[in-house]
Amino acid sequence: MAVADSLSNNTADANHEMNPSDTFPMIDTIIEQYRDTGGALIPVLQSTQNLLGYLPKESLQYISRALKIPYSEVTGVVTFYSFFSTVPRGKHVIRVCLGTACYVRGGKDVLETFSRELGIKVGETSEDRQFSLEIGRCFGACGLAPVVMIDEDVHQRVKPTKIRELLVPYRNGEES
Amino acid sequence: MALRNYILVCGGTGCESAGADSIYKNLISECELQGVADEVQIIKTGCFGFCEQGPIVKILPEDSFYVQVKPEDAKELVSEHIVKGREVARLLYNKNESKKHAKVEDIEFYQKQFRIVLRNCGFINPENIDEYVAREGYAALEKVLFEMTPDDVINELKVAGLRGRGGAGFPSWMKWNFTKQVEDDVKYVVCNADEGDPGAYMDRSTLEGDPHSILEAMTIAGYTCGASKGYIYIRAEYPLAIKRLEIAMGQAREYGLLGEDILGSGFGFDIEIRLGAGAFVCGEETALLASIEGERGMPRPRPPFPAVKGLWGRPTVINNVETWANIPVILLKGGEWFSKIGTDDSKGTKVFALTGKIRNSGLVEVPMGTTLREIIFDIGGGIANGREFKAVQTGGPSGGVITKEHLDTPIDYGSLTGLGSMMGSGGMIVMDEDDCIVDVTKFYLGFSVDESCGKCSPCRIGGRSLYNLLDKITKGDGEMEDIDKMKEIGAAMKKASLCGLGQTAPNPILSTLHYFEKEYLAHIKDKRCPAGKCKELISYNILADKCIGCTACARKCPVDAIIGERRQLHRIDPDLCIKCGVCLETCKFGAVFVR
Repeated sequence: MAVADSLSNNTADANHEMNPSDTFPMIDTIIEQYRDTGGALIPVLQSTQNLLGYLPKESLQYISRALKIPYSEVTGVVTFYSFFSTVPRGKHVIRVCLGTACYVRGGKDVLETFSRELGIKVGETSEDRQFSLEIGRCFGACGLAPVVMIDEDVHQRVKPTKIRELLVPYRNGEES
Repeated sequence: MALRNYILVCGGTGCESAGADSIYKNLISECELQGVADEVQIIKTGCFGFCEQGPIVKILPEDSFYVQVKPEDAKELVSEHIVKGREVARLLYNKNESKKHAKVEDIEFYQKQFRIVLRNCGFINPENIDEYVAREGYAALEKVLFEMTPDDVINELKVAGLRGRGGAGFPSWMKWNFTKQVEDDVKYVVCNADEGDPGAYMDRSTLEGDPHSILEAMTIAGYTCGASKGYIYIRAEYPLAIKRLEIAMGQAREYGLLGEDILGSGFGFDIEIRLGAGAFVCGEETALLASIEGERGMPRPRPPFPAVKGLWGRPTVINNVETWANIPVILLKGGEWFSKIGTDDSKGTKVFALTGKIRNSGLVEVPMGTTLREIIFDIGGGIANGREFKAVQTGGPSGGVITKEHLDTPIDYGSLTGLGSMMGSGGMIVMDEDDCIVDVTKFYLGFSVDESCGKCSPCRIGGRSLYNLLDKITKGDGEMEDIDKMKEIGAAMKKASLCGLGQTAPNPILSTLHYFEKEYLAHIKDKRCPAGKCKELISYNILADKCIGCTACARKCPVDAIIGERRQLHRIDPDLCIKCGVCLETCKFGAVFVR
């Protein structure tokens, strides 16, 4: 599998509701790809999260046994890196950049507006599982600050007053 | 038939997010529609650097520089410029209405720049190895493999005087030499592309615009130090750079420039990509190595240094992207040529990401020794919206601020450290009078606290204490003794923290306390935020003589805190107001003000 593939956020919705043990054969396939890789745990976790949308406890236990790495170490790694999530996330992940350039150009106000508009705090998912709100640490698009990433789309020069409008296509399922 | 024109479309992340891909596709289809497809080559390049003006399209040989192009402009560009040979004036970069600024050489933004690292960004298609080769790509590797011994290579780097561009500025030749001298049959070469400093994107643009230069340099290091395996550790936030690296690696293997028996020399070297998982501390080299090994990215005490005992305990050369990008040029043109650029202390050039309240945001590469004034005012065009320059922050969460009085300091590693800041990786964030120094400092501390790995207590506990003190001050609860407390905690963290993150985390506080003590005192003694940023210390009000009672602000207010009938003076209820600033942004008559 190309490394870039393990990044995309195109999580199959159905997988959210799958019985965790049904996904073990898929995890086996992932592990097989990294059989000869030193330090395989992180790539395996990245690919698994890409497959399932998050990392359920059962999957982590399975990975722990398959890689012969203690469960405590696996969860240690999972909780250390901010990209890993052990709870299901929303259909759309909104990441508001709070890099310095975005911060001085009003990123904090943008974040507060999203939070108010969606009724969730950073790290939370809306009740209808449509949106998760996260902060980003610089997407490297500082010339376009403040920047918001919704899934893979970069929105530039976002203003608090335009946020309701920005969310409409995602709410209606018409996003690009 | 010879080609009449080359159209270069910027394919950096900034321009891509603003529609560059649609522009590229529309240009292709328009050229076909208008029957000139055979006479034109359309190339998607890496970042041009002038991100403020994106998306950018450049047409050769006229060297016409089109800015803020929209997908629907493709038709006119083709019909006018390509078919009729007339420049499309309305899209040309033109800062002064009186003077026509059409060509790249006429644009102030580029005039003081000198490009080594970004030599190919904006010139070649990064997804085509032939274009890299056509610009002397892989010539340095060939020279090294067939004409130079490992000692020759190290000597050339020594003459060049190249220092690591990741922040610390350690001489690169020494690192390489340490690894070369250790006897071990397994050694590694690592590229640190975990560019986590918020507000810095030099490495991303280099990887997106010129990925082969990194592969070439790492292979040279492999040959020099006796390593056959390399890793590129890159942030997962950079999908485009990852994609282009993968394409480049595939092409290099196909051409026999990566893999076994490179160019028939008998030397073999290959590279693997590893993705970061969102931890800033992994930019620290020992933490990065721990992360490649599949562990929590926590720093390890040095010595032993990675050059001697690195990845899986083996000798490892680790450099950052910008350092790598310099290597092929140095070896081709010679260390002596390189050593003539820059200052006594620092040789060569430095790439900066110029952002914040600057008119021309973008990537700039200048010789070491260029002054901040030249970068900010000549290249960057000064402050946007006619506001007053307040300070520039360099070195990110590890650095400090530089004020107006020091704008004429020539920049190199030594001079910035002397001013209480640091070179860092190259983020340069310009602040104007509307930015509160205490608030921005709190932002940096918040970042360091979030990203502290928690292994050593000076960083884990000290950082949190500093943040809490700043938070107290920005809320109007600060006391005079807090200033001494911050200095004391900061000094302890610098001394006792395990790695660079903790040792440098207090820098933003210590630097701003030195240059902007008055602003701290205004928050503590007068309970006032002079820049009008700290929410607990400000209130939003409406000017009676400017408000026309249009109700625009009242309709936008998310908490219905604005009272007033149509055509009558509005009033903001301070008990309901959450100080979100939407009314200020909405009012077209300048009637809302912050006190």
